[in-house]
Amino acid sequence: MKIKKEKGQRVKKPFRISKIILYILVGLLLVFCAFPLVALICRAFMPLDELYRFPPQILVHHPTLDNFKDLLTSLSSSTVPFTRYIFNSLWVTIVTVFLTVVVCSMGAYGLVKHKPFGAATIFTIVVAALSFSAHVTKIPNYMVVSGLGLIDSYGALIIPSIATAYNFFLIKQFCEQLPDSLLEAARIDGAKELRIFWTIAMPLLKSAWSTTAVLSFISNWNDSFSPLVYIQSQAMKTLPLALQTMSGGAGVVSRSGTVGAATLLTTAPTIIVYMVMKGRVMETMTYSGIKS
Amino acid sequence: MSNAKQTTGVSQVYEKPVESKAHRFWRENKAGWGFLLPFMILFLVFTVLPVFVAMGLSFTDYNMIQTPNFTGLTNYRLLLLEDDVFIIALQNTLLFSCIIGPAGYIMSFVMAWFISLCKRGRGALALAFYAPSLTSGTAMSVIWLVIFSGDRYGYLNHFLIELGLISDPILWCKDSNYILLVIVVISAWMSMGTGFLVFLAGLQNVDPELYEAGKVDGIHNPLQQLWYITLPLMKPQLLFGAINSIVNSLAVFDVATAVAGFPSPNYAAHTIVAHLYDYAFTRFQMGYASAVAMFLFLLSFGLSRICMRIFRSDD
Repeated sequence: MKIKKEKGQRVKKPFRISKIILYILVGLLLVFCAFPLVALICRAFMPLDELYRFPPQILVHHPTLDNFKDLLTSLSSSTVPFTRYIFNSLWVTIVTVFLTVVVCSMGAYGLVKHKPFGAATIFTIVVAALSFSAHVTKIPNYMVVSGLGLIDSYGALIIPSIATAYNFFLIKQFCEQLPDSLLEAARIDGAKELRIFWTIAMPLLKSAWSTTAVLSFISNWNDSFSPLVYIQSQAMKTLPLALQTMSGGAGVVSRSGTVGAATLLTTAPTIIVYMVMKGRVMETMTYSGIKS
Repeated sequence: MSNAKQTTGVSQVYEKPVESKAHRFWRENKAGWGFLLPFMILFLVFTVLPVFVAMGLSFTDYNMIQTPNFTGLTNYRLLLLEDDVFIIALQNTLLFSCIIGPAGYIMSFVMAWFISLCKRGRGALALAFYAPSLTSGTAMSVIWLVIFSGDRYGYLNHFLIELGLISDPILWCKDSNYILLVIVVISAWMSMGTGFLVFLAGLQNVDPELYEAGKVDGIHNPLQQLWYITLPLMKPQLLFGAINSIVNSLAVFDVATAVAGFPSPNYAAHTIVAHLYDYAFTRFQMGYASAVAMFLFLLSFGLSRICMRIFRSDD
């Protein structure tokens, strides 16, 4: 017993020092993470005189909603009101998320639970597709989208992003946990395959597809490359791209407060969606590993 | 066929018609194929075939208007031997991904590990750390431009002048010596969360009994636990995280453009994706741009294959 205790203490001491170093490192990392977001929130609520004060201040002293009012009223007089960009972003993101959840869940369920001929090959291709970015396929995608006459339409932003390898993969991994017995029981009761999928499999897969919904919401909401390629008219732009035109891009500091407010409105939804769905996301991610 | 007929004759007792092989094959597979059909059509059209189409186009001079001519390896020769801007783009991209990829990967692992050891405040810590990767690079560039502003109003310049480290403000986003650094910092900020959720989930899933068993074998130190118990168990998650971080770090484009402009001063923020965008969607030289896309494809695909070797699970 005595020997064991000594051993325990000997091990503990160097760990305490490394613990302090770890705490400092984590603290610094957190400051680095939070600083731009704190600065953004403060700028969105800063009155005009604080925005241009010298020395520059990071925290807001007299918060005001003027920037948001300005964003929604004075910019409305320009050709495209800001609310239009919000609508574009919301519409494109929500439709894409809905379709990707349905299409990927169906596919993953069919692959895992029916194991049709060719299932293994399909899964190998999906895993291979995880390892390159969407930029690689943008040129042929552009040709297809323009061939279908979808350039400068919502369809151009929605259709190519439905069948995503990443989403399919996550749901497929989770599908493996689904007990076959429940599906078998329903089949014996004479339920049709599609009905089994909707009424039995989908509720059981809830945390998988809601995670996919969250992650796909985040990536589609933030996607600025697709609209850059497919969208030409100002009225069809989604928030990230519209924001870039508003702020005038690199090196231009105009309407600083209003742009701050617009940026906050662009950034907040993804963070809120994540916060609401946190528990589900963690449950699904447990199964996300790739066994090669 | 004759075989089937014979069996029908014999098995009349069961009163079950014996179906042909093809029919049975169809019956067994139709439900699975039916479920997969919508996904497969879209996946083939927008992900699988495009890789091959891009590969084919990269050997032509296709420009969206004229019918493409086969030009062999001309695009690749131009790309590697005569296009100086591409070489800059390649250098920048490799530099970015060599810093951002591993740094983001290691930081998310350390952070996930730290959080999994915490007893309280896990949710808040996880949110604080993960929030940056939930933001849009283009949108957040607004605030980065304020932080890295080239005048005395810029937060960083003001801070450094106050500390006495510099006497005159630095043009962070316009001086080609600093642009790379600025983009590395911003991309690192955004990429820290890439593998984070996966790692956190993997860490929380390790059976605590294994640590107890490890204690019997003399593994007390958390670092030893990490190395001998946790990491080997987490190989699949580590692989998934690695592939994601490779793909993301090679795709740096929108942050660079939003901060440094397009094209950037001296091409200091030019990346492979920027080059692809430039040739494909401003000049519409689709053949040449496809060669650039193939480069990106081979780079990320090759690196991912290497990772699959490293993190191979033995079961």
